[in-house]
Amino acid sequence: MHYRILTCLLAVLALIGHASGLHAQGLSIDITNGNPSALPIAVVPFAFEGGGLPPETDVADVIRADLARSGKFHTLTKSNIVEFPAREADVKFATWRLLKQDYLVIGRIGDGGDGGLRVEFELFDVAKQQRMAGVAISGQRSQMRDVAHQIADLIYEKILGVRGAFWTRIAYVTAVGVSPKIQYQLMVADSDGYNPQVVVRSAESLMSPAWSPDGRKLAYVSFENGNSAVYIQDLTTGQRQLISSQRGINSGPSFSPDGSKLALTLSFGGNPDIYVIDLASRARTQLTRHFAIDTEAVWAPDGRSVFFTSDRSGKPQIYQVSASGGDATRVTFQGAYNARATVCCDGKSISMVQGSGNVYRIAVFDRATGQYSQISPGNQDESPSFAPNGSMVLYAAAEGARGVLYAVSSDGRVRQRLVLADGDVREPAWGPYRQR
Amino acid sequence: MKTVARVIVAALLVAGIAACAKKTTTKPDDTQVPSTPTTTAPADTSGRYTRDSLETDSCLRQRVVYFDFDSSSINPQFQAQIACHAAYLSQFPDARVTLEGNTDERGSREYNLGLGERRGNAVQSALSAAGASSAQLNVVSYGEERPVDRGHDEAAWSKNRRVEIVYTAK
Repeated sequence: MHYRILTCLLAVLALIGHASGLHAQGLSIDITNGNPSALPIAVVPFAFEGGGLPPETDVADVIRADLARSGKFHTLTKSNIVEFPAREADVKFATWRLLKQDYLVIGRIGDGGDGGLRVEFELFDVAKQQRMAGVAISGQRSQMRDVAHQIADLIYEKILGVRGAFWTRIAYVTAVGVSPKIQYQLMVADSDGYNPQVVVRSAESLMSPAWSPDGRKLAYVSFENGNSAVYIQDLTTGQRQLISSQRGINSGPSFSPDGSKLALTLSFGGNPDIYVIDLASRARTQLTRHFAIDTEAVWAPDGRSVFFTSDRSGKPQIYQVSASGGDATRVTFQGAYNARATVCCDGKSISMVQGSGNVYRIAVFDRATGQYSQISPGNQDESPSFAPNGSMVLYAAAEGARGVLYAVSSDGRVRQRLVLADGDVREPAWGPYRQR
Repeated sequence: MKTVARVIVAALLVAGIAACAKKTTTKPDDTQVPSTPTTTAPADTSGRYTRDSLETDSCLRQRVVYFDFDSSSINPQFQAQIACHAAYLSQFPDARVTLEGNTDERGSREYNLGLGERRGNAVQSALSAAGASSAQLNVVSYGEERPVDRGHDEAAWSKNRRVEIVYTAK
């Protein structure tokens, strides 16, 4: 009898756990194809040496998933890990060499100050039998995913020489429900899709989230008053400012790299042109003057020029104009339709939506070589956004009736899907590096 | 499949035009038809409508103008519809309309916002040329944000590339 009650209770608890798990994890990840040149790395489960219960988050699992989805690493499956060293003295390099691993990560979690935890990890080069890094990071139990992402960033940087972008956030828009009762939500989540938080809820469409360079604010387009308007919202306080609600279109916001200005699209002058608003004085200057559609402004990383989409040549193409105005120069010449640019790597690389006929895919344009490469395989792929280190591009794709997000390595070789449990996901924007 | 889509589009167009009692041949959806500013809507139509006509008149009840892909040119089959709305607006100067421009889902959302506005402006110009006052006309673009059909084929897309004539004051 007791046994039956217990079983029943456990079943109920399991259900609750399952439901809350789904709720917390708004997005899930599949790796759709692999990279044969990925570096083999083993991440051993971290030993728990503290008092009380181990943290809910399995730190090593999070690190392993980060490295795997970057496409740069091939991680050893957890079930194939047979030794569990927690310190350098316990490491038998022969075992890891036999498992054909180039790199090994071990770690331990102990009590930190203020009821928090202290996570120490060590990275080894298996062939050289050398320690490459050893760092301790402290945090509250609730922050263990953040700590794990920071460790993954350090491992990535130590091995590849490029700062990792796992400890970053993404913004996106979801649309849930059936017309006319659709609810739109502007969301922010960790770069792996965990910890989704609602920033704005609206019965009308939300579009084009853009991060401030310090990662504290989002600019976006809302149709809540019947026409497009641009707002800036502070993510910590929830406070928001109306930036523009002119007659006609108010859209396409982009923060300047120093955060002092916002470029945007306004059409009160008769057709959409690019304007810049100084956020302190609210002074507005017009950057482009053309009867065509000029839209989707995005700043060059040095803040001296702005890339934008214009159909002044007939079809949409990417152009560049000085931040002080003047004549625009055309940037893209290959492909009938190039729009929605995202810029990385000191402006050397531009990703955009490239279309022909009914097929719209994400392309990367290397400005030095003049080469274009298509990195997405869909038909209605849109809204590309570079990770701050340029290693991946986040974009939206149509799959059946819903929109889903993909993150693809910028060489197009590894792609993972981030799916919302229900509804349509769109308009992703990858946030900047976070401050440690 | 494409033929089926064309037949559906043609049927929709024929239904709309038959109501306006004007004989027109429909064009396949991928044919670009240059906009010809209409000079019909003569002044002698004043007194032709009552306020109720918006609900009863078969031409005034038509309030959607459809467009070809990536085009903001008004196809000739919609000239009768534009002419009767222009006539109503010129007869009732306190009437107001919002022209809601929409696109299909293809391409970037921001660019489509611009394209939707361009379509709204095209209908605005046509209504103005046919006798409506510009003070009566307001253009709002929703780009691809408000599809009437969420499908991913030409049958859905052709229904979504549209300007809706919405009376905000009759």
